[in-house]
Amino acid sequence: MALDQKTVARVAMLARIKVTEADLPGLATELSGILGWIEQLQAVDTSDVEPMTSVADLTLPMREDVVTVAAQRDAILANGPEANESFFTVPKVVE
Amino acid sequence: MTDILDLSLAAARRALADRSLSAVELVGAYAKRVEATRGLNAFITETLDHAVEAAKTADQELASGDAKPLTGVPIGIKDLFCTKGVQTTAGSAILKGFIPPYESTVTERLAAAGAISLGKLNLDEFAMGSSNITSHYGPVKSPWTRAGDDRPLVPGGSSGGSAAAVAARAVLAATGTDTGGSIRQPAAFTGIAGIKPTYGRCSRWGIVAFASSLDQAGAMARDVQDCAILLQAMAGHDPKDSTSAPLPVPDWSAALTGDIRGLKVGVPKEYRVDGTNPEILALWDQGLAWARDAGAEIVEVSLPHTQYALATYYIVAPAEASSNLARYDGVRFGQRVPGKTLDEMYENTRGAGFGAEVRRRILIGTYTLSAGYYDAYYLKAQKVRALIARDFREAFQQVDVLLTPTAPTAAFALGEKMDDPIAMYLNDVFTVPASLAGLPAMSIPAGLSSDQLPLGLHLIGRPFDEATVLRCAHVLERAAGFTARPQGY
Amino acid sequence: MTQLIEGRTGSWEVVIGLEVHAQVISNAKLFSGAPTAFGAEPNEQVSLVDAAMPGMLPVINRVCVEQAVKTGLGLEAEINLVSVFDRKNYFYADLPAGYQISQYQQPIVGKGRLLIDLPDGSQREIGITRLHLEQDAGKSMHDQHPVLSYIDLNRAGIALMEIVSEPDLRSSEEAAAYLKKLRSILRYLGTCDGNMEEGSMRCDANVSVRRPGDPFGTRCEIKNVNSIRYVAQAIDYEARRQIEVIETGGTIDQETRLFDAGRGITRTMRSKEHAHDYRYFPDPDLLPLVLDPAMVARIKAEMPELPDQRRQRYVQEFGLSAYDAGVLVGEKETAVYYETVARGRDPKVAANWVTTDLFGLLNKTGRTIADPPITAEQLGGLLDLIADGTISGKIAKDVFLILAEEGGDARSIVEARGLKQVTDTGAIDAAIDAVLAANADKVAEYRSGKDKLFGFFVGQVMKATGGKANPAALNELLKTRLQG
Repeated sequence: MALDQKTVARVAMLARIKVTEADLPGLATELSGILGWIEQLQAVDTSDVEPMTSVADLTLPMREDVVTVAAQRDAILANGPEANESFFTVPKVVE
Repeated sequence: MTDILDLSLAAARRALADRSLSAVELVGAYAKRVEATRGLNAFITETLDHAVEAAKTADQELASGDAKPLTGVPIGIKDLFCTKGVQTTAGSAILKGFIPPYESTVTERLAAAGAISLGKLNLDEFAMGSSNITSHYGPVKSPWTRAGDDRPLVPGGSSGGSAAAVAARAVLAATGTDTGGSIRQPAAFTGIAGIKPTYGRCSRWGIVAFASSLDQAGAMARDVQDCAILLQAMAGHDPKDSTSAPLPVPDWSAALTGDIRGLKVGVPKEYRVDGTNPEILALWDQGLAWARDAGAEIVEVSLPHTQYALATYYIVAPAEASSNLARYDGVRFGQRVPGKTLDEMYENTRGAGFGAEVRRRILIGTYTLSAGYYDAYYLKAQKVRALIARDFREAFQQVDVLLTPTAPTAAFALGEKMDDPIAMYLNDVFTVPASLAGLPAMSIPAGLSSDQLPLGLHLIGRPFDEATVLRCAHVLERAAGFTARPQGY
Repeated sequence: MTQLIEGRTGSWEVVIGLEVHAQVISNAKLFSGAPTAFGAEPNEQVSLVDAAMPGMLPVINRVCVEQAVKTGLGLEAEINLVSVFDRKNYFYADLPAGYQISQYQQPIVGKGRLLIDLPDGSQREIGITRLHLEQDAGKSMHDQHPVLSYIDLNRAGIALMEIVSEPDLRSSEEAAAYLKKLRSILRYLGTCDGNMEEGSMRCDANVSVRRPGDPFGTRCEIKNVNSIRYVAQAIDYEARRQIEVIETGGTIDQETRLFDAGRGITRTMRSKEHAHDYRYFPDPDLLPLVLDPAMVARIKAEMPELPDQRRQRYVQEFGLSAYDAGVLVGEKETAVYYETVARGRDPKVAANWVTTDLFGLLNKTGRTIADPPITAEQLGGLLDLIADGTISGKIAKDVFLILAEEGGDARSIVEARGLKQVTDTGAIDAAIDAVLAANADKVAEYRSGKDKLFGFFVGQVMKATGGKANPAALNELLKTRLQG
């Protein structure tokens, strides 16, 4: 499966990773190479196979409905780039 | 007395217990060694001052009889484990300066067992790599070099810092994590032992996630017994991880009986692929001979879907990674690169914060999950994965453990294999199948290549049967009698 | 029932499906141990998991699962014993992990139904497509700073039930009736408080228009409208807008629109212009959710009576009209109030007092049934005095108002103010004597055949007794005396 540059640009947008115009052709070639290689899976007959959901042969454990977390705003915000004393901040969003 | 650094973890523990060695001496010797081996770039963050202080407390505990299983034992922590108050980077620029306000379950258990961390060990960025060259903090150098060639070699990856530090005796043991071979392949490259337990055996809570359905913490040490001791302290059910197995942890040291008579050792015939390095094949045969000599029965088994394991892995792991790494967005932690709009900030932050390999995998993963491609890639891969797991289940009805090589080659030089991502991915050809099936697997040092580099043998066990893997590995380790040390270290 | 909108080129039918996000009542969040209470200081109710710190993992809250099952049973829906949590991947400032844990292909609850109550007392069935569990996002505040948006993660990770209806609704009135009924059921069940102002129940409306009989038209999704009235307004506006677009030769783009309550219009959302591709896949941090049939059976056995069942009971047992019964069961608190008043008393009389006098009083005072000016016990005491003949219905209305203003209990008020009915024939006779003596001319007129004057005499005697004369006794005695 060959990826064109437009697709790579769209995927990069979806992943929110900046890719310059100059990098697009090389990246398209590289990603196409990887996709071409994994294409070999199409040869496997999986018509009657359930996809694996987890290797753990378990069902979902549940916890009780108990509050276990104390207020910890300072710890939560401590690593935030440009967080103020109460909030994380981001460039203003216009809805 | 022998050099302190020559003591294995088990021996050091005995010396601490009988007070012939103090924790301050032991930790002090390793702290010096860490400084002396800085050229390897094995550590991203050293915590030597803290370790020396902790050693004093350890000595008090040892004196008062309050010692715990690892009291006073200096270890290293792969920088993928979040450590409270100590920078945790995952080898990435995007997490530079991140100080977790929490401690991962595994490292908390190690601390509770008395282990003393000397610092955070270098790794491939977000554990994505087989060479340690993708770390933002620079590549780790293996302490080994080829005979007659002093070009620096890679220690393997992604737990390359852990492997190099153990091999260079800068730590007694180290934690690693393994997603597709990240403990076993670097262990093989550096002549040490490394075990990835069954998926669910060690809690993933507090370990920076790469591919959640594959990631598993494990132990790296000089020998099998040390791995058993370290893993014992790391493993166990954790209610904070929904995929953690609610099973008791057996006494793994007690499993090392030295007796594998009657054990059925499987040889997957499909692993013997054309073009495999003859040195590797010879070592494999040697391993089988050791097992037979020790009374094991060798049985050929078939894992017909194993040839698709790598391709499966390179769909599943990047897909999960693309989602797991979405949280590195410059909002709540880590580095931010400004932008005029929110999206621009995201793109700048993630474009600059992630290295080339991480970007590549996120893009692949994003693509294979995207509308119209999910069925053809991700769903297909999870189906093939189910087949691969089924192959193993069937094989384990005939045998108790599987023996294969760990890696298709010995360590390569920095700069080799760097241009072709797929050639790099092939490093994991022997380790990935067990990862996909969630099985326990271990690499032990078993021999040297013609240019005097370590080669590993690889054992795969049934789910939650680490005991058999360790027992068999222990026997093979003794038969191999691997004593080579890296030149110059 | 078809309700058509007349356009310039003919009639149009509006087709509406609603997606309701109902915040689950629980102490802790869906996947973390952080509290869920409303109104905390910003970022004070955030766990490491909610902030998506590296290496943090979700563990599901049992009560949230049970609440979803309970709600599913309340909507007469299929409960799926195996369901799967998926990741819905997208970037937004208040979505910390870059994905929302939700349920996509295998929700916990499948097809169900809900009966909406129409103004004429009839009901109509609306299909429920599914109910699934998911995490709420945090809150972005765009008006606190000139160039920054502020992010508060208190809400991030709170359990939501997304309840999706079939596109069965045909007018804004039906949409409003659906929301009222759903809210009522959720409150009866105690699975969501239904408070739209605080955002614990939010609604997205999918609206399209078509010519009657045509296939569905292209729909627009109107996001997060925070009251039932606004939902109706938004639908009406949107339907008109779409008709206008089509009638002037345009086509409808499938898009997300925001309701602007200030201007009463919907508009395109600017920030969501990227083509969405949510890249759903099963969350590898979680395993399939497998429900124990015994757990589902226990919840079923513990189900409270729901509004429709209650309404039917009121009609059958109490003989109330379908309309009155519907009014009384709409809010659980009203039904509880009514039943307290009606217990051991005439249920119809009780219904009249609650639906007319009490509701009138609530309206006038701006109070709610949860905080009424007269308790159900007080009102019951008042009805007892009418029933045993202590006071007349007319006096009771006065006592009702006194109770509302001054509190206390009806019997003491009646005693203290001497409002007790006079049944002593001697006292009534004396009053009749006085009235007849003072109006000899009118007595003569009556006796000569002017029967209509009877009412005049009743009024006069009543006045003389301060309204307390027992009306039946008064009538009897007066009739005898006038014939005299």
